[in-house]
Amino acid sequence: MNYPKITKIIKIKDETINVKTIMFEYSGIIKPGQFFMLWIPGVDEIPMSVSYIEKDVKGITFKKVGDATKALFELNEGDKIGVRGPYGNGFKIEGKNILLVAGGTGIAMIAPVAEEILNKKISTTVILAAKNKNEIFFENRLKKSGLELFITTDDGSKGFKGLATDLADDLIKKNKFDSVITCGPELMMKKLYKICSNISFQASLERYMKCGIGLCGQCCVGKGLRVCKEGPVFDEKMLKYIDDFGIFKRNAAGIKIKF
Amino acid sequence: MDEDAGSMQRIFNSGVGAIVTKSIGLEPRNGYPNPTLVELDHGILNAMGLPNSGIETFQEELYDLKKSNIPVIGSIFGKNEKEFVKLAEKMQKFGADAVELNLSCPHAKGYGLEIGSDTKLVKDITSKVKDNIKIPVFVKLSPNTTNIIDIAKSAEAGNADAIVAINTIKAMKIDIELKIPVLSNKIGGYSGKAIKPIGVRCVYEISKNVDIPVIGVGGITTGEDAIEYFLAGASAVQIGSGIYYRGVEIFKIICDEIEKWMVEQGYNNLSEIIGVAHL
Repeated sequence: MNYPKITKIIKIKDETINVKTIMFEYSGIIKPGQFFMLWIPGVDEIPMSVSYIEKDVKGITFKKVGDATKALFELNEGDKIGVRGPYGNGFKIEGKNILLVAGGTGIAMIAPVAEEILNKKISTTVILAAKNKNEIFFENRLKKSGLELFITTDDGSKGFKGLATDLADDLIKKNKFDSVITCGPELMMKKLYKICSNISFQASLERYMKCGIGLCGQCCVGKGLRVCKEGPVFDEKMLKYIDDFGIFKRNAAGIKIKF
Repeated sequence: MDEDAGSMQRIFNSGVGAIVTKSIGLEPRNGYPNPTLVELDHGILNAMGLPNSGIETFQEELYDLKKSNIPVIGSIFGKNEKEFVKLAEKMQKFGADAVELNLSCPHAKGYGLEIGSDTKLVKDITSKVKDNIKIPVFVKLSPNTTNIIDIAKSAEAGNADAIVAINTIKAMKIDIELKIPVLSNKIGGYSGKAIKPIGVRCVYEISKNVDIPVIGVGGITTGEDAIEYFLAGASAVQIGSGIYYRGVEIFKIICDEIEKWMVEQGYNNLSEIIGVAHL
């Protein structure tokens, strides 16, 4: 039933100055790319993609950006939260040589994808991109054999200086990737989508979400595709029909906001 | 799924005859913070808080929608006569084929039910709206009142073209672990399977007491549910929460189920079964 299960925070980890991971007890199977609706009692309930997947424990990693995440940031181990889900479709892991491109907090969603790909012994290249070195996290988590890791920052304070899309373009020209998976700022993903015209492509979209179960229509894109239900991951075949991809999102009132 | 043109287009393609929009007001509203919706054992509890982009911005969605000739019933909510008239005029101007007056939202202060439980206000608002637009006017009623028949008669006296019954039922869910109501607004409206018998009863009572058509809504998830509403006197039915139980495909599925039942029972036309339970 789509009712929040009340669970306790069992571990909190600082990832950067304004990014934290919260681990909580929650049994069940979840695929990378799927998400929970996370209830911070008395504050809000927000969608959160899974960043850690264990049998009886799951984790989310988030940045302090709005009222809800600020409140979440202040919680302590032992505090109670409500969790329902998992929701959404998650990523399809297909191909022999996969490129993952994570921008900003998109890193949180991409890390478990990278781990699943590694488990399947598929060759993987990962780009972690952020504004500066202070916003990069999960670097050590992803420094594993079998995985080629690139870091890029807008200001060059770590790794390559420049945009993730420029580095991705370069790598795509040099390597034979048969699949590209991305999560990050939508304009970055849109640019990447254009670069990947001949490669299988999956992007995870983020939209203002309310019910999380495909009923309220708040998160719809294109011709009635619900990000919470048919998404959040859309492949190149679907993206072709989502005219608003990289163009606009909607606020809580349903008003279009340009990217 | 009735706030943007793309979604309404998708729903239309899944076999509906017309679409009722989300309730639209004069100004943009964000609605309440989450949780705004939760599934319970036998239904769905929500207090969205009438989120909408405001009528001026909504024009764009209607414009896109009307390109495909989809019959649209524009649902509107206002604080008073004046607001309802203004919204109805805009809906007509922007291409809506009918308007539905939301006089029954159970969880927005100053709106909906607070107006819709007053027989005089219902009559006045309905007749004022009727005086100012040419397209049909439907009035959506709440079961959260002791006098739904009187309210329906008031809407009829105000020259409403049809009654829509029922809106959701005022309800609450308390989480016993946290010991607080789950919805941020605390009180919400209950929809889904649990409320069907209440809806059927209201439609039965209303259709017995008014001469205008009644549109049945509340807890319909199968063709059999819709047939019950028809037998109770509904001339048409609306489906919302049913999408949760059977997906966007529910409309086509239900039409097939109704047709199958009619063939089995030897009916050729839906009008043959409307109100049959009254006889």
